[in-house]
Amino acid sequence: MAELSLPENSKISKGQHYPAPESAARIKTVKVYRWDPDTGENPRVDSFDIDLDNCGPMVLDAIIKIKNEIDQSLTFRRSCREGICGSCAMNINGTNTLACTSAIRDISGDIKIYPLPHLSVVKDLVPDMAHFYAQYASIKPWLRTQSPTPADKERLQSVAARKHLDGLYECILCACCSTSCPSYWWNGDRYLGPAVLLQAYRWIIDSRDEDAGTRLDELEDPFKLYRCHTIMNCTNTCPKHLNPAKAIAEIKKLLLTRRGV
Amino acid sequence: MAPEKNPPERHQRPISPFMIGPYYKPQLSSILSIAHRASGVFLSVFGSSLLIYWLVSLSQGPAAYHEAMLWLASTPGMLLLSALCFAIYYHFFNGLRHLIWDTGKMMKIEQANRSAIFILSCSFIASALTIATVGGWL
Repeated sequence: MAELSLPENSKISKGQHYPAPESAARIKTVKVYRWDPDTGENPRVDSFDIDLDNCGPMVLDAIIKIKNEIDQSLTFRRSCREGICGSCAMNINGTNTLACTSAIRDISGDIKIYPLPHLSVVKDLVPDMAHFYAQYASIKPWLRTQSPTPADKERLQSVAARKHLDGLYECILCACCSTSCPSYWWNGDRYLGPAVLLQAYRWIIDSRDEDAGTRLDELEDPFKLYRCHTIMNCTNTCPKHLNPAKAIAEIKKLLLTRRGV
Repeated sequence: MAPEKNPPERHQRPISPFMIGPYYKPQLSSILSIAHRASGVFLSVFGSSLLIYWLVSLSQGPAAYHEAMLWLASTPGMLLLSALCFAIYYHFFNGLRHLIWDTGKMMKIEQANRSAIFILSCSFIASALTIATVGGWL
């Protein structure tokens, strides 16, 4: 059954306030979700007033600044700082996105940062992604073939067939879409979620893959696939502007058309 | 990952906040989806109860039927009927939107937002016309 509120140990209390230095002229307040596994106290939201004249342009720059200058225990994932690794996916002002590609100046008022929704929190902004990755592994995301490997060349693909992968191959598996989906919040144990289903579709329509039938068999399940109710939060939030909802609709269509309907 | 031997005592991990409203921004996509579910539940619970009530009163003879019609014409009765009227139009139009989506069309986010406004307008106009016609104002 759908849970609508947070369990007792996850309720959020008010945290500490760190004022900006006296000299600061352009001040922005950044409110950050904190949870420390060592104390086990309930999560809290700390607010940091930072000086924008002394800070990079992106939300990621702001949290790196906080970690460098104010509180070194602040914990988050980041790597490429250019929207291609997917590490810094988090909930910023109510939508999931990448901290490195969100500009501070696009946010009016305070910046509120939480971990990706409805995941178990390892520390601060770092959620446990193990289940998400296990679901990705479950669709066997690699070229599955039956024909023998060509002896002297790679498996080739026409330009037209390659075009079918546009809008799919760009997915960086940041999990913004899956963790924006109410169905995934409530049935994420069995529903694969938009990111993994988009990846499944990416292999189904790859002209070089020879296992589409089995892939579709594996997805034909009331929970794995059909918990998608076309809510479209996934497409709304994707920081790479892809369309997971459409990919899922295409899988559902293939399941129908192969029956000759 | 293999479980650690003798894991240190850990505190139970919290669930990160997710609720639509305080933590996840409400948007047309999610609100209309919730409204579709809610209107469906509302129609099956109140719509079917009302239909049964109406049929039972009909089977009980003219006096009971007259009483039922009086109740339906009262303010709470009219409010319930108006709400049911809107719910059925909304569920119908949004259902058509879902059928179009099932063909894989109209799924860009701008199209989805535009069709959301469109079916909402259709539901309001159709309800207003129906209520005005039944009420004799038209």
